[in-house]
Amino acid sequence: MKHLLSINELSRGDLEELLELARGFAEVQERDIPKVPALRGKTVVLAFFEDSTRTRTSFDLAARRLSADVVNFSVSSSSAAKGESLRDTVETIDAMGVDAVVVRHGSSGAPHRIAAWTDASVVNAGDGWHQHPTQALLDCYTITERLGGLDGRKIAICGDIQHSRVARSNVEAFTALGGEVILVGPRTMLPPSLEGWPVKVEPDIDAALADVDVAYFLRIQQERLAAGAFPTVREYRARYGLTVDRLDRLRPDALIMHPGPMNRGVEIDPEVADDPRCLVLDQVSAGVPVRMAVLYRLLGPGRFDPDQAP
Amino acid sequence: MSLLAITGGTVVDQLGRRTIDLAVDRATGQVVQAPSGPAADWADRVLDATGCHVVPGFVDLHVHLRQPGNEAAETIESGSRAAARGGFTAIVAMPNTTPCMDSAAVVSEVLAYGKSALCEIKPSAAITIGRDGEALSPMGELADLGVRMFTDDGTGLQDAMLMRRALEYAGSLVVDDGQPIVLSQHCEVTALSQGGVMHEGTVSSRLGLGGQPAEAEELMVARDIALARLTGVRVHMQHLSTAGSVALVRAAKAEGHPVTAEACPHHFALTDEACASYDPVFKVHPPLRTADDVAAIKAGLADGTIDAIATDHAPHTPDSKELPFDQAPPGMLGLETAYALANTELDLEPEALVELLSTTPARIAGVAERHGGPIEPGRQANLAVADPEATWTVDRSAMASNSVNTPFHGREVRGRIRHTVFNGEPVVIDGEAQR
Repeated sequence: MKHLLSINELSRGDLEELLELARGFAEVQERDIPKVPALRGKTVVLAFFEDSTRTRTSFDLAARRLSADVVNFSVSSSSAAKGESLRDTVETIDAMGVDAVVVRHGSSGAPHRIAAWTDASVVNAGDGWHQHPTQALLDCYTITERLGGLDGRKIAICGDIQHSRVARSNVEAFTALGGEVILVGPRTMLPPSLEGWPVKVEPDIDAALADVDVAYFLRIQQERLAAGAFPTVREYRARYGLTVDRLDRLRPDALIMHPGPMNRGVEIDPEVADDPRCLVLDQVSAGVPVRMAVLYRLLGPGRFDPDQAP
Repeated sequence: MSLLAITGGTVVDQLGRRTIDLAVDRATGQVVQAPSGPAADWADRVLDATGCHVVPGFVDLHVHLRQPGNEAAETIESGSRAAARGGFTAIVAMPNTTPCMDSAAVVSEVLAYGKSALCEIKPSAAITIGRDGEALSPMGELADLGVRMFTDDGTGLQDAMLMRRALEYAGSLVVDDGQPIVLSQHCEVTALSQGGVMHEGTVSSRLGLGGQPAEAEELMVARDIALARLTGVRVHMQHLSTAGSVALVRAAKAEGHPVTAEACPHHFALTDEACASYDPVFKVHPPLRTADDVAAIKAGLADGTIDAIATDHAPHTPDSKELPFDQAPPGMLGLETAYALANTELDLEPEALVELLSTTPARIAGVAERHGGPIEPGRQANLAVADPEATWTVDRSAMASNSVNTPFHGREVRGRIRHTVFNGEPVVIDGEAQR
């Protein structure tokens, strides 16, 4: 495995191996000194072309806990507008001699292009509407910790699917691990075509939530309102939000998830966000060991031999 | 008399096929009656055309030459060299230069540069000032300079009333050479396509890229058919890319409305699956569509619904394409691969290819007096010698264009231009530009 660009490049076995590896790193985090020397001497660049404090911090911690050197390379997406091509930026980073580039970019496919221009391993930390593979891995990790796995589990993903990299990578990861995915949202927020997607679509959120193991809510962006995806925030909350009333429709053992940051009172009511079934903070905690697993898998001793267990 | 001979080939034009040697008077640039006896006895230059088709030079209704304004991507000279290598002897320059070709000054500049080009440069001009869709350009003044095609290409004219006025005004202009004036439309309702960087469908949904639905094109095709019906003035539809557009144009022609249409090689040789690489070399407007659309474009070319193959040759510098897919500009090279792709991908007789690449576009562009055949004594010698069986691999580093953004790099194709003769001058010999 040279890069981690998208979930569909991983087999079920790859996914399970990464989750297993993450479990080991989670134990490391419990220690007094939550650090291992696995990537000593390796350099990881965090190239964030789009701001994301949470994801960057999580990768930063993950790399440091593996003893890698970490460099932050913040670039505004607008450098392109100023005349610098993405390739120039990447070759500049590459020329400094780095082992991995963690890329967050507002444009779908940017990490794929970057991978063609660097010798370093590229980790996709979220690209446009396309993929957010480490989010999918940490979500799978969180579900697996609670439910023992995803086989046969029903997961409803609710909200703006079309503009969500989390949705695209989670659909692939959840189904690859045996889960069953139901997409819920207005047609304005579904991809124009779902041909080839292993999902069901349920326009009625109350019908969808009645029988799921996991209710996964996506963040709604205000700009979608301006683009005519829904008429008012009030109406969105009433028809597609996880309100206090709607909470009663969930099974008592159902899990509530959200990639954060939450819009309390829009896609999720404040009281719901604080419900014990809501795993948002567990998801955040899972981020560090999962990202340690990814970096270790790409840069660690087992890098070139997928069969060699760490 | 200094004569150029083209020997051993099969002449293919609207008069049919015949195996004859051709003679060209180098002083006048005209085809003349070939003297009897071996060419070596009467010609001072002989171009071998053995195994080749000798055809009227191709005419491209749709070329971006980038001059003035973006000479790093292309110049009129480099673009004309690419055209000559592709067998084209006349090309229509699109007006989206910087500044825009919406005034006599800029059109005159293009004409001036075009004088030393390796093919005829026929400037088009914008329908509206700055291609902003708000006020008509001085169409009469521009027509007096020789402009016969008006287009806001790069964008469609969104305002239906202004398009109506443009058709009525252009349709009533009287020009000295009696050639028709045509309004050429980039059919795209931008309100429906906005935010789209590729075809909207299965692939865009998977890739997480914004899509342009086929309907954004078809709505304007339908609107302009209605305006052609309303005004009786011809509309030329640029780069048709969808099955629905082809069906609309087919029906309009059956009802006798004055519409013509072109299609580009990339729209019959590639599908939206190519975008899965996220390489913006595959980004183009209108976007690459589905396999069903490709089949419909081919059918439209075969049954005469689509009148011409045009390249929409759109050079871009490497750095402008070394951006994420959504940020890179749309457009791809086309001049040097058009014949090969048409010959490879379309199951058409050579006569039909000549019609699509030369005879009909020459008429639409208003250059039929000099281009588009027939090849006979007294006509200007604007010719291409094409080997329909030669196979070759497209190599972006071997292009005459200033740019390298061909989506066909590495693709094996069949059919190659050997020689191109422009006004009697052999501007390309054995694939090599002579100046």
